[in-house]
Amino acid sequence: MSTSWWSWDHAAAVLPLLLDGFKVTLLATVLGTLIALVLGLIVAIVRRSAPRVVSAPVTGVVEFVRMTPLVVQLVFANLVLSPYIDSTLAIGIWVLGIHYTTYMAEVYRAGIDSVPTGQWEAATALSLPRARTWRAVVVPQAIRNTLPALGNYAISMFKETPFFVVIYIPEMVRNAQTYGGDTFRYTEAITLAGLIFLVASYPTSLLIRRLEKKLA
Amino acid sequence: MPEKTPGPDTAGTPHLEFRDVVKSFGDNTVLNGLDFTVAKGERVTLIGPSGSGKTTILRLVMTLEELTGGYIHVGGVPLQYEEQGGKRVRIPDKRRRRTTTDIGMVFQHFNLFPNMSVLENIVEAPIHVMGLSRSEATAKAEGLLAKVGMEEKRDMKPSQLSGGQQQRVAIARALAMDPEILLLDEVTSALDPELVGEVLAVLKDIAAETDISMLIVTHEMQFARDVSDRVMMFDQGSVVEEGPPAQIFSEPAHQRTRDFLSAVL
Ligand SMILES: Nc1ncnc2c1ncn2[C@@H]1O[C@H](COP(=O)(O)OP(=O)(O)OP(=O)(O)O)[C@@H](O)[C@H]1O
Ligand SMILES: [Mg+2]
Repeated sequence: MSTSWWSWDHAAAVLPLLLDGFKVTLLATVLGTLIALVLGLIVAIVRRSAPRVVSAPVTGVVEFVRMTPLVVQLVFANLVLSPYIDSTLAIGIWVLGIHYTTYMAEVYRAGIDSVPTGQWEAATALSLPRARTWRAVVVPQAIRNTLPALGNYAISMFKETPFFVVIYIPEMVRNAQTYGGDTFRYTEAITLAGLIFLVASYPTSLLIRRLEKKLA
Repeated sequence: MPEKTPGPDTAGTPHLEFRDVVKSFGDNTVLNGLDFTVAKGERVTLIGPSGSGKTTILRLVMTLEELTGGYIHVGGVPLQYEEQGGKRVRIPDKRRRRTTTDIGMVFQHFNLFPNMSVLENIVEAPIHVMGLSRSEATAKAEGLLAKVGMEEKRDMKPSQLSGGQQQRVAIARALAMDPEILLLDEVTSALDPELVGEVLAVLKDIAAETDISMLIVTHEMQFARDVSDRVMMFDQGSVVEEGPPAQIFSEPAHQRTRDFLSAVL
C-alpha cells in the first residue's frame, strides 16, 4: 500500500494542513487585493493629476516594482523588514499588495483615459471642484470599464501566493512541502494543493467572465 | 433664475469683456487681439465660417481653454489672468471656479454624466458647488425638469433618452446653477432634424422669461434672429461686422458676411 502511487490515508492526513494553509492563502489574496485596489487607484490619480515633483518619483517607484520579480521583492523585503515587523505574513501581504498595485494602477489609468474629455469639460462647466469631479464623475466611469481586469489580477495574485514559500509563510504549498518532507509523501499533498487552487479559481474566473459580458 | 428685465443694460459694467485676447494653439494663432463686450442681459450670437474661432471664444469664457494673451473680465472680475504690478498673473483654479459658478455652458454633444440619473445630473452641482441640501436641490431640479418637459424621465439614465431629451436635461443642468451667463455652442447640431425644434423652443422660452446674458453659436439662423440682440460676424478670429439681427441678416455691409450668409441660408 505504501509503495503505491497514491495513498488515501496520506491524502486524508494532509488535507487539514492544506486547508489551514488555504486560509492563509485566502487571507493574503483578499488583503493583497484590497491593498492593490486602493493603492492602485491612488497611484493612477496621482500620476494623472499631481505636479511633476510628486508624480515623477511615484512613476519611478512603480516602474521599478513592476520590473522586478515578486520573489526577489519578498526575499528583500523580509530581509530588510523582519527586524521591525514580527509577522512574516504581514510582510508578505504588503509585498504582494504593492506588487499588484503597480499592475492595477495601469488598469485604472487605462480606465481613466477612456473617460471622454467631454466629461471633464462638463464638470468644469458646472464649476465642480477637482476632488468631486474625480469622485463623482471620473472614477465611477473609469472603474466600470476596468472591473474584469481587476478581477483577473485578483485571481493571478491568488495563484502567486505560493511564492510566499520563499519567506517560510505557512500557506498551502509550504504546508504541502512540509508534510512531504516529514513523510516522504509529496504526491498527495501537492496534487491536493493544486486541486484546491483549481476549485477556487475556476468558478471565480467564470464569474468574472460573466461580469465582463454584463458590462460589455 | 433672474427675472426678465426690459432688454440689455448697455450702460453699466459689461457683463463679459474680452480685452486684447490672444489665443494660439501651437503656431496657429486663432484669436489675435480680440476686443468685445456683452452687456448684462444681452444675447449675442456669433456667426462665421468654420474655424473662425467661435467655439474657442466660448471655451475661453468657460475656462476650458487657457488664454495665450490679454484678459477676460466677467462682471468686472478678471477670469483667467489679472494685472498685478504691471505683470500678467495667472489666477489659480480655485479662484477661477468662483467666477465660473455664474457661467453655464451647454455643449453640442450634451456631455451628461452617464453614471448618474437625470435627476442626479441636475442636483450634482447645486449640492456640491452651491451647497444646497439634497431636498432643496431636488425641488429645484424638479421645477427645471418640468420647464424643459422632462419631469417624467427624472429617474432614467441619459443613455435611455433621445438626443433632444438629453439636450433638454443638459439645459436644465446648466440652469440649476442659476447662471448669469449662458454659453450655447451649436446645441442642436448633433440632433436629428426632427428633434431640433423641441430644444430651440425650450431655449426661446428661457430667453423670453429670464435676463440671463447669452453667448450663442448656432447655424439656426431663424433662432438667432428670434433671440439675439446683436449678431457678430467673425472671420479669421476678428469681428467683420456686428449689429442687430435684422440688419446683419437683411442688409449686411460686408461682402464676407454676404458670402457666408448665402452659403448657410
Ligand atoms: N484643441 C485644439 N488644438 C489645436 N487647434 C485647435 C484646437 N481647438 C481649435 N483649434 C483650431 O482653432 C481654430 C478655431 O477653431 P474653432 O473650433 O474655435 O472654430 P469654430 O469657429 O467654432 O468652427 P466650427 O464652425 O467648425 O465649429 C481652428 O483652426 C481649429 O483648428
Ligand atoms: Mg465650433
